[in-house]
Amino acid sequence: MSKNTIYINGLGSVSIQEQSRNFDLSTMLEIQQGINLAKQPSYKDLMPPASLRRMSKGVKMGMYAAKIALQESDIKTPDAIITGTGLGCLIDSEKFLELLLENDENHLTPTAFIQSTHNTVGGQIALQMGCKGYNFTYVHQNSSFESALLDAFLQIKGSELENALVGGIDEVGSSTYKNLQIAEKINTEEQLFESGVNAAEGATFFFLNKEATEKSYAEILDISIENTMDKNRIETFLSDNNIAIQEVGSLFLGSCELAVDKEYFSSFESLFPTAEKVLYKRYVGHHHTASAFGLLLAAEHAQKQVCNEKYTLLYNQFEGKDHSLILLKKC
Amino acid sequence: MEDLKKELKVKIIEVLNLEDIELSEIGDQDALFGDGLGLDSIDALELIVLMDKDYGIKLSDPKEGREIFQSIETMAAYIAAHRTK
Amino acid sequence: MQERIVITGMGIVSAIGTSVEENLEALLKRESGLGRLSLFDSIYKDQIQVGEVKLTDKELEESLQMDLNDNYTRTTLLGIYAAKQAVENASIEDINDCRTGLISSTSVGGMDYIERYYTEFATNPQVVKYITSQEAGASTDKIANYLGLKGYVSTISTACSSAANAIMMGCRMIKSGKLDRVIVGGTDALSKFTINGFNTLMILSDSLNSPFDQDRKGLNLGEAAAYIVIEKESIARNANRAILGVVSGYGNANDAFHQTASSENGEGAYLAMEKALTMAGLESNQIDYINAHGTATPNNDLSEGRAIERIFVDKVPYFSSTKPYTGHTLAAAGAIEAVYSLLAIGHQKVFANLNFKTPMEELNIQPQTETLDLPLQHVMSNSFGFGGNCSTVIFSKA
Repeated sequence: MSKNTIYINGLGSVSIQEQSRNFDLSTMLEIQQGINLAKQPSYKDLMPPASLRRMSKGVKMGMYAAKIALQESDIKTPDAIITGTGLGCLIDSEKFLELLLENDENHLTPTAFIQSTHNTVGGQIALQMGCKGYNFTYVHQNSSFESALLDAFLQIKGSELENALVGGIDEVGSSTYKNLQIAEKINTEEQLFESGVNAAEGATFFFLNKEATEKSYAEILDISIENTMDKNRIETFLSDNNIAIQEVGSLFLGSCELAVDKEYFSSFESLFPTAEKVLYKRYVGHHHTASAFGLLLAAEHAQKQVCNEKYTLLYNQFEGKDHSLILLKKC
Repeated sequence: MEDLKKELKVKIIEVLNLEDIELSEIGDQDALFGDGLGLDSIDALELIVLMDKDYGIKLSDPKEGREIFQSIETMAAYIAAHRTK
Repeated sequence: MQERIVITGMGIVSAIGTSVEENLEALLKRESGLGRLSLFDSIYKDQIQVGEVKLTDKELEESLQMDLNDNYTRTTLLGIYAAKQAVENASIEDINDCRTGLISSTSVGGMDYIERYYTEFATNPQVVKYITSQEAGASTDKIANYLGLKGYVSTISTACSSAANAIMMGCRMIKSGKLDRVIVGGTDALSKFTINGFNTLMILSDSLNSPFDQDRKGLNLGEAAAYIVIEKESIARNANRAILGVVSGYGNANDAFHQTASSENGEGAYLAMEKALTMAGLESNQIDYINAHGTATPNNDLSEGRAIERIFVDKVPYFSSTKPYTGHTLAAAGAIEAVYSLLAIGHQKVFANLNFKTPMEELNIQPQTETLDLPLQHVMSNSFGFGGNCSTVIFSKA
């Protein structure tokens, strides 16, 4: 494997927060109990109105965040587009399914079906930007975004790509989220469930490049995703990258602060007693690709760091599965 | 016939989410596809369902639509001649 | 030099059989698995042909000795059934004896059960357990748990090219040194959702699908699951495993033309085939057989046919589509056809393209319509999906 380095050179997001980037933890909104909807920007400023007419919320959010990330990098067309989404284009999936059930399969139209596929956002971005390159979509629950990031990382590292647009998108679908409340997986405004999360939606995109620029936020040193968590994994991951535990200055954790997950996060934190920690889901809410927003915060944080803390580590898991580590280095 | 044409324009704007287009912007003879209103093959499939649902006209081959959906005028004429509801 | 990535196991369940052997036999006997829909009710059941797996959910659960009270969807059951076969076929005793991953793919996840219980979730506590099966990754997790796999687990969904893409990412994980072995493939059960979806696009045929025929009327949907075990060659050799073939090249490109339709000159397909050939270090005239995507929609076969003519110019290899046997199995198609490509290499046979009568006016090529004995070194498999997603994988004789 070559020694190519991978830098985050641009980023953009749509979330429950007001802005797209330049976040300050001390002034950010905190998530409310239940289901939180993303603040919708003015899409017409960035996209031709005719192109918006069929787009559901998730596609718009993804397209917007992608455009912001590319604008910042002064790039028109990336080499590849790699996305992650847990539940995909829920709004159109629900729309098609509900019409199918209500009308007993009669008088259905194709638009919602076409837009219901999980790779709709990646496909639409490619179509709009005329990007004929590599185009993948990962749909593995809470490591959907991490899988997309790993793919881009390995391809840039292996010289298959020079750059890539990578993002995570999840939208709230009202029926599905209501069902998840019935299943006690998402809290309601009135009731907190034992394994209920405070849910939200959003899209976060990154432009990755093998060359650093003056605007680069951070270097991605390594990514690891495993189905289960081994005791020694974190030490091995760091030592594989020749980094001592004490060199990790900040932790960004995908914790929903649930009893079921506590053990994993607390044993992780205990390895880094002096590191600063950020529980990013307090600001972005839980959705399968919330970790993309976590990476955005971590990347901005890394860029602003002045002291000698060189490394930032992100850890995410959900209900004991899909444990992911992302290691960042200050540029 | 004028009522039918107006009805069609309203329906097309609604069904195809043409939010930014005013009724008056669609001329009776304007091309619906290509350079005119800019509709595409997905819209054609939406219009085929509209024909069935609202006028009881079943088109089984998307190619038939090409002639019928040339303009509001051709659509209205076809509907007037073939409608079952 | 990069170590080769070899295939050491395969498993499959489709409309033409519940094992690799049954699938091979049907392909050689030219027996289609298509027929009328019996799994669930639909207003289209007498108008369409589908490729059903001839096992009920209960039969699948019993044969896998699984807990009947869990929330397994048919997509999950088919996936476990095929993945288990693949691991057994590779004679793997301990799935975690080297760094092993699982990359699966599916198009609509647990939609087969979601659509069944959608209106009951609020009122029937018995079915609430199925709510979380909507997540596309849920089926993959269950396969990983069944296999006891601890390492990297992921799911890809790029519509009908999904499983081909799972193979690519599996290879990438091995090449980069992240994994030694990956089980890759896909699973998709039939659902009302997909039947109605393709029906709204007016691309479902009311008769048996006839790829690359002038009078083709569209596709037939099918359900299936297939997985292959890919490994670093040294690991396979050390364990004395039989090597079924080599993944020698792959490529993914986007047509960037239309949300669902392919461009008339098949630009995305052309780019995917070209990338795969480049990676394999092969000239186009070294490909002996193409297992085409060949869905039998007017649009796909024209676009793919033109792309094949552009890549291979005047030396187009034998090609056929096996969709008339299985139907179009969506996300699983790339894995089903990977198994068929490996069977073609293993038995040195080109499988016949059924239902072909009249060559297409726009093309100068036509598919192979009889089973053919042929020395095969390199086989190309194409899979294309919505969103302009085009994928090609090249398998070679070890």
